[in-house]
Amino acid sequence: MKGNEALAEAAMRAGCKCFFGYPITPQTELAAYMAKRMQKNGGVFLQAESEIAAINMVLGAASTGVRAMTSSSSPGISLKSEGISYIAGSDLPCVIINVERGGPGLGGIQPSQADYWQATKGLAHGDFHLLVYAPASVQEMVDMVVKAFDKADTYRMPAMILADGLLGQMMEPVVFPEIEQKAHDKSSWAANGHKGQREHHIINSLYLTPEELERTVVERFAKYDTIKQTETDAECYLTEDADIVVCAFGATARVVKSAVNEARDMGIKVGMFRPKTVWPFPVKELQEASKNATKLLSVEMSMGQMIDDIKLALNCSKPVEFFGRTGGVIPTPAEVLAKIKAMGGNE
Amino acid sequence: MRKVTIITGHYGSGKSNISTNLAMEAAAQGKKVTVVDLDIVNPYFRTADFAKMFSENGIELITPSYANTNLDIPALNFDIERIANSDGYLIVDVGGDDDGAIALGRFSAALNAFGDDLDMFYVINRYRYLTKEPSEAVELMYNIEKAARIKHTGIINNSNLGCDTDAETVLSSLTYAEEIANSVNLPIVFSTVPNRVELSDDRFKGIEVYVKPFWER
Repeated sequence: MKGNEALAEAAMRAGCKCFFGYPITPQTELAAYMAKRMQKNGGVFLQAESEIAAINMVLGAASTGVRAMTSSSSPGISLKSEGISYIAGSDLPCVIINVERGGPGLGGIQPSQADYWQATKGLAHGDFHLLVYAPASVQEMVDMVVKAFDKADTYRMPAMILADGLLGQMMEPVVFPEIEQKAHDKSSWAANGHKGQREHHIINSLYLTPEELERTVVERFAKYDTIKQTETDAECYLTEDADIVVCAFGATARVVKSAVNEARDMGIKVGMFRPKTVWPFPVKELQEASKNATKLLSVEMSMGQMIDDIKLALNCSKPVEFFGRTGGVIPTPAEVLAKIKAMGGNE
Repeated sequence: MRKVTIITGHYGSGKSNISTNLAMEAAAQGKKVTVVDLDIVNPYFRTADFAKMFSENGIELITPSYANTNLDIPALNFDIERIANSDGYLIVDVGGDDDGAIALGRFSAALNAFGDDLDMFYVINRYRYLTKEPSEAVELMYNIEKAARIKHTGIINNSNLGCDTDAETVLSSLTYAEEIANSVNLPIVFSTVPNRVELSDDRFKGIEVYVKPFWER
């Protein structure tokens, strides 16, 4: 399947009953697929009048306890940011998909990873985080959408799939897993009609006293601490004896893996570390994977954003170099290999 | 008048790869070949990606302005009628589904005038999720004809699973292809197998896989 179609199909299989979106290249096939299939699956597809409307529809649907999703590409995600902050402040689960393209501004329609900071650090106003998954194949997009819905419900918070145009547009075989629908009890908060049988539930992100707002934020951060301990995930490829550890996420990791294989054929001791969760960042996993390395390299489709998290994870104890292409240009395996050689990998 | 072959099909069925194979094959036989990339719906993975290879093999490539740039919808700034009336062999690679075939409809009167010198082949892939049932593939084929206002003349069975394609993958697609061909009363022009897969079976035509992620090239 095409990446964008696989994201849509996986969401429906994961029990997504409401999709609200607005078209934007390179994620439009996702919305188009939802338009064709959602109604047949007993759900709702609605093309909103704007990205801002779409994310607020997600807020409304998620308030009732149903699984809701929206998707867009970089400029559209910026438009959704206010609504995402309201969703986080209301402790609502939902899934947001970003099939990144070049920026800033209107940018371009070719692939990019320049929304890493936006997704992991500063998506919108206020103290909050999203769970952010970074798939590197069409199969992983399927698996991560399923996981994102489950974890969003578990922690009552929004989860994001941080993909890029290359993953959204590429074709790969996929196997849809048997999905075990875990029951998430939402009866204590879902605003789905009290029928005169219970107190009404209020979904809200406005608190009139500072102390009350502080308490809700602090409670949310206690939850984030648990997530940082339990939800990190990463792939380590040939890192055990690696002198140079190359870090990459998403589609860039596919390019890096090719370069690492070529370097290994030349006898260079190099490995790859690929975060599958970028928030929380897999700190322990990176420390372990780079324990024998003398230096690291971050390869990204941006001017260098994840490199900050790598340096933080290692407390700047080892040099971290950078190679990237931006604006919709994809690094080639040959370029990455040249950089690895320039870093003087031990043969 | 020249020979014209139009390639249509579902998104991701392999239209651009088939077009590229037909072009390279004809060029190798010394024919004068022109490829028109008529895809106005898909910004990635298209025949325009092969400009360099085409030029090295003497194949003329005509692409919409702004293909492979940052514009969502490339502009068609050429006239297929005029191109079709010059000499040589013309291959038209159409965008996916009936949405992509709308661009073709604009030229239907001129192209239909070619009569027996016009072929329009419908590319099918059993492993594409939305056309995995023969009835779904048939419905889409007729929708493409409606948008294109041109009738298909044959089916190309390009059933594949990308880099996971093996002999079993292609062999088990034959019944699917036959069911579609019988249902629409059109011949199967050929079924494809990637050249890297070892399979000696007359029913298959070996093809090169040009369209793939560049880290696999």
